[in-house]
Amino acid sequence: MPGTVPVLVLRTAGINCDEEIVHAWRLAGASPTLLHLNELVEHPDRLDEFSIVTIPGGFSYGDDIAAGKILAERIELGLADALKKFVDNGGGVLGVCNGFQVLVKLGLLPGGEFSRDQVTVTYNDSARFEARWVRLEIATDRTPFLNPNLADGVEVDDWLMCIEMPVEHAEGKVVTSSMDVASKLLLNGQVALRYVDDEGEFDTYPANPNGSVLGIAGLCDPTGRIFGLMPHPDRFFDHTQHPQWTRRHSTGAADNGRAKPPEPPDGLRIFQNAVAYWSTHRNR
Amino acid sequence: MTQRAPAECGLKQIASPNEVELERAAPASVSYWSILIAPRTAQLDSHGREVLADVRQIGLDHVEAVRFCRVYLLGGMLTEQDIRLVANELLADPVAENYVVFAGLSARPDGELRVLEHGLAGGIRPLKPGSAGACAIEVHPLPGVMNPAALSTLDAAQRLLSVRSSKARIAEVQTARRYNVVGARSTDDLEQIAASVLANDCIERWYIRGFGRNDAIPDGFPLPNERPFALRHVPMREMADDQLARLSREGHLFLSLEEMRTIQDYFRRIGREPTDLELETLAQTWSEHCVHKTLKSAIDYHGADFGRPGETSVRFDNLLKDTIAAATHALDRDWCLSVFVDNAGIVTFDDEYGIAFKVETHNHPSAIEPYGGASTGVGGCIRDIMGCGLGAKPIASTDVFCLAPPDFDPAHVPAGVLHPRRVLKGVVRGVRDYGNRMGIPTVNGAIYFDERYLANPLVFCGCVGLIPRKFIHKEPKTGDYVVVAGGRTGRDGIHGATFSSAELTEQHADEFSHAVQIGNAIEEKKLLDAQLLARDHESGCLYSAVTDCGAGGLSSAVGEMGAELGVEVELEKAPLKYVGLRYDEIWISEAQERMVFAVPPDRLEKFLSVFAAEEVEATVIGRFTNDRKLHVRYNGQTVGELDMAFLHDGLPRTVRRASWGLRERHVGGKASDEATKQRSNEDPSRDSSEPRTSVRAESPDPNRDRKGAEQSPIAHRRPAITKSPITRFSTAEFRTRLLNALRHPNIASKEWVIRQYDHEVQGRSVIKPLVGPGFGPSDAAVLRPRYDGCRGIALGCGLCPQWSEIDPYWMAILAIDEALRNIICVGADPDQTAILDNFCWPKCDNEESLGALVRTCVGAKDAAIAYGLPFISGKDSLNNEFTMSPEESRRTGLPQRLAIPPTLLISALGMVPDVRRCVSMDLKQPGNVIVLASAPVNYVGLTEAKRHHDRVSELIRGGAVRSAHDVSDGGLAVAVAEMCIASGLGLDIDAMDQSRDRKGAEPTLPLNKGGLGGVDSAEDHDWNRLDLGTLSSRWFDEIPTTYVLEMTESDARQSGFPVIGRVSASDEAPARVRFVGFAKDSSRPQQIEAVEIAVDELARAWREPLFEGGNT
Repeated sequence: MPGTVPVLVLRTAGINCDEEIVHAWRLAGASPTLLHLNELVEHPDRLDEFSIVTIPGGFSYGDDIAAGKILAERIELGLADALKKFVDNGGGVLGVCNGFQVLVKLGLLPGGEFSRDQVTVTYNDSARFEARWVRLEIATDRTPFLNPNLADGVEVDDWLMCIEMPVEHAEGKVVTSSMDVASKLLLNGQVALRYVDDEGEFDTYPANPNGSVLGIAGLCDPTGRIFGLMPHPDRFFDHTQHPQWTRRHSTGAADNGRAKPPEPPDGLRIFQNAVAYWSTHRNR
Repeated sequence: MTQRAPAECGLKQIASPNEVELERAAPASVSYWSILIAPRTAQLDSHGREVLADVRQIGLDHVEAVRFCRVYLLGGMLTEQDIRLVANELLADPVAENYVVFAGLSARPDGELRVLEHGLAGGIRPLKPGSAGACAIEVHPLPGVMNPAALSTLDAAQRLLSVRSSKARIAEVQTARRYNVVGARSTDDLEQIAASVLANDCIERWYIRGFGRNDAIPDGFPLPNERPFALRHVPMREMADDQLARLSREGHLFLSLEEMRTIQDYFRRIGREPTDLELETLAQTWSEHCVHKTLKSAIDYHGADFGRPGETSVRFDNLLKDTIAAATHALDRDWCLSVFVDNAGIVTFDDEYGIAFKVETHNHPSAIEPYGGASTGVGGCIRDIMGCGLGAKPIASTDVFCLAPPDFDPAHVPAGVLHPRRVLKGVVRGVRDYGNRMGIPTVNGAIYFDERYLANPLVFCGCVGLIPRKFIHKEPKTGDYVVVAGGRTGRDGIHGATFSSAELTEQHADEFSHAVQIGNAIEEKKLLDAQLLARDHESGCLYSAVTDCGAGGLSSAVGEMGAELGVEVELEKAPLKYVGLRYDEIWISEAQERMVFAVPPDRLEKFLSVFAAEEVEATVIGRFTNDRKLHVRYNGQTVGELDMAFLHDGLPRTVRRASWGLRERHVGGKASDEATKQRSNEDPSRDSSEPRTSVRAESPDPNRDRKGAEQSPIAHRRPAITKSPITRFSTAEFRTRLLNALRHPNIASKEWVIRQYDHEVQGRSVIKPLVGPGFGPSDAAVLRPRYDGCRGIALGCGLCPQWSEIDPYWMAILAIDEALRNIICVGADPDQTAILDNFCWPKCDNEESLGALVRTCVGAKDAAIAYGLPFISGKDSLNNEFTMSPEESRRTGLPQRLAIPPTLLISALGMVPDVRRCVSMDLKQPGNVIVLASAPVNYVGLTEAKRHHDRVSELIRGGAVRSAHDVSDGGLAVAVAEMCIASGLGLDIDAMDQSRDRKGAEPTLPLNKGGLGGVDSAEDHDWNRLDLGTLSSRWFDEIPTTYVLEMTESDARQSGFPVIGRVSASDEAPARVRFVGFAKDSSRPQQIEAVEIAVDELARAWREPLFEGGNT
């Protein structure tokens, strides 16, 4: 059902993953629109046109002060009420990488009973930007971005428990004010994704690339409709984006020994899940 | 709370006109504050840990801990409550950080020497007075140095306070970094940490507190005074030659006497003295950087013939035109859309789009300030792409560094030179921060280590753009407005274009610190967003031409754009970062992140509103005319008026002489027998066929040769290349040799660097720099420019400066061969491949050096024509030398003059018909065989080499090849080892059959004749034998034209290439590489030996050296 779910992709100074995330949404069958933050702040009502708001990755406002901080401030000072209304009415919010940092700095993630003084995202243990592919365990069934069965009329028996995607960031370490907060997040089902290594451990480097507590790679709010993650699903919408694709996949018979790729790529799946859910759960 | 009057000569970051008024209106109510913010726990302090590692690296092992704090200095009408609001809500993280607030910038009491720790009320605990831990270093940017973080903090704080506090006005913000150091023993320790690890005195100043020292941090925000306008003329019409030369030198004009005389004649003719601005404009426009006057000059060459024995004399009317451009012209490819005329070359991608590619160097700035130099290098090259045609969208970056080895002995680093490890870390950070922030993937590059780059590191930055073909032409029209858009103009980066003509010296850091710039990637990203919106506007492109403000700033950009028409500029209209800039500074400042547009009057309003919506400043500063004059005014007064004809065509043409003798450079001939014998007696681990690095000696002294290698970093030896006769190895020697080759910094894994670059942003990367589960080194990168198609582009490079001493003619051919092999390996089509040249030369002030340049150009032309690879763009940097004082020379043991080896970088851009058929270099399938695909004749002419490359490319693109890797640095042994490391699979290599049975088809080096001017003799043939059946030094030689390909056995048989090994079964654990060969000194060919090395061991050797930038 192409074009059925209207998605807003927020753009502003330093956001730089808007083009690929628009493409991923389009591939998933949504109808994405790029909008500059300033325009949205001027016309907050425009949020009503959309089912999902996306904050893409990048270095909004240079990540000066802290990653995502200035964009979070601008949203808080200019859009807080409109955004709250949007979410309360059933809208979805997806934050990827810098977008996730923004959602955390805003307090929208993890949200619910947790305050901004309890969860944050800060510098990687390595103190520098790192690019690598990671394995992620899906740790919740709460969010329609990850759980396809939350969409009406969808029943998928074997939805993936483990997915792969790249991380590319310098400030992706999730920190909680105490271990209690971390465990409560897990119990609440608000830990959406965890970095995991081949042995099933969550805290080994580089499988956990930044030292996140409990290997947290993504969080959702108690409703599951606000979802954010450090890894980039928008960089895995095609099989040729996987670092090992030349070992695994082929396009034709002439390519000796290579298997046909599985469908669809893990990143694209997240966008497809959301489209399936919001095409049946209209928020207007 | 203390209140302070604003500093008398304050550096005012002009936030908005209101702020300035505020300052004037109520100075007494302005207060200054500082906020210190630190991670709550040591565990969260990753920056502190990183700095500690660097501190220990410079030998201060006794330092126990470093704790990092961010410092914000704020000024304005602010109460303590306002400051706490800003700290709480904006600056400090509520979970991960604590903060303290101080009134005044320097008024922090002694008690502020505290280590911030978690768990105490208020979060701070003073250290005991006199405790060894109580010391700190605070690093502040120098006045006038770009500080983007301060600007965005100012903006965010203003917004917050305007909502939350009606009375507060914040006018100024500065940021600084503070390091609390635990375990330092003296202020000397602190000075050393500050100077060697934390700060660069070119752009920063540090303050030390501890051990009784208490540097005062200045109050306010200092800046030079505003100076009254005064038009300055330079009386040069009556000058004698020596005065002209002095004027050129002392005015940093870097013009030759002949050029100065030409300018003198011009002003005599028009009957007045030049203004300083006019002289500067001419110097910028006529600089090597801007016009490539050496490469374009007429040259009489006499010396060794090119690719043939004997000597020759040739006259080049315009070296560049007669060689590099002539090749492109001769090839006449219809897919070349724009070559040599624009900021970048453009080739056809498909019916709708073209691909633009440009590679720049930013060597001098990177030598002085590696971070700023590299980041502005990246930024400048991106602007070249934005400024080609009506603007391309950047989709990928490349970076190549040539540096001294990171383990260079610090005792031998001359004053005024940064240690290579620091240069490496700085340039990597610079490329990382700029490229990542712009959202442009850095996908391909190389790092080449050689001691001769010690004082003159080379930093090449490349950028690739996607451009709709309808936008590749631009032309400003009479009446168009001149609009400058993007960042504001400051004093940063003055004299950059002429600076690149300077020879670096011990004093260069001081003398040219104003040429150092810090980039602001987000400013450029905004500018790019706005430009693309204006380009793709629904009513059509909103401007008729665009160019970047690069070296020379407005003077070059505006002067170039108006060259055919004429232009008038009103300098006072250019937005400035701070007050106090002179008119000539505004004109030549290279402040980053600016573009100049020609905007037709009827589109100006739309244009300005698009830019305003993106929060990018765009300002009309002039208008294009039709009188072919450059007319520059400041507040209505003419400060410069030049004829465009003189400015652009007045540069006197000179005829230079160039020569090249082959003399003892015959490496394959008798002359080198002595040397090679000597070499074969050396420890095999030091064999010269490893990539060789040494500082060039003035006079080679064979006796100092080997000693030098042991005792001093200044190996006084000829940078000998490898083409020595075969040295036979025992199995133990072979093994050591292979592991050492993998550890060599030129070969070792660059994973530490690559992972800091975002190589996947934009989602276009198909073959990335690290491939296979073992993260092997990809030969080239592949991108898919359009999401809706499978056509791709491959990017690769070739660089072999080690050949320049032997024969630069062959250096060029081999660099092109290497670049071509790299992109063929991943699946590019060699018939749709374009190349770029980047020349970096020590100096061209003597015949020999110019001769080397000529030979390189001719080699480039010959290879380009033979291989069918048109040059589409290029750039040169021809003054990479460093001079030190005799005392410094004695102290360091280095020659007084350090020169880089002549270096040619070739970058290749090839089309990939279908990215889904790309191949990576990691082995794929146990049971497959590997073949050695080398040009199969003894004497390889370039035409035959071309046929060979085409054949390999067809096999790869046809799907018969599962993995492909070229044989470059480290030779065949390293190539196969890398394929194993990348895949984790093992190999059995047994080439003896080939050696025995295929005598006639033995792969050989193509360098036997032409390149060395030698004769076709049996001796040469012997010398060139690859002789794979023997465990010998041949295994470690780079072999031009040569690939290793993995195929099924039947495909391999069909290909006709010799099979040299087989991928071992994956159940053989652990994976091993086995080389089988004739034993050393074996008289009986059947006596064979095998070397077995675990792939894990190879991988360890390959990964360790550059882990953490050589910190291990």
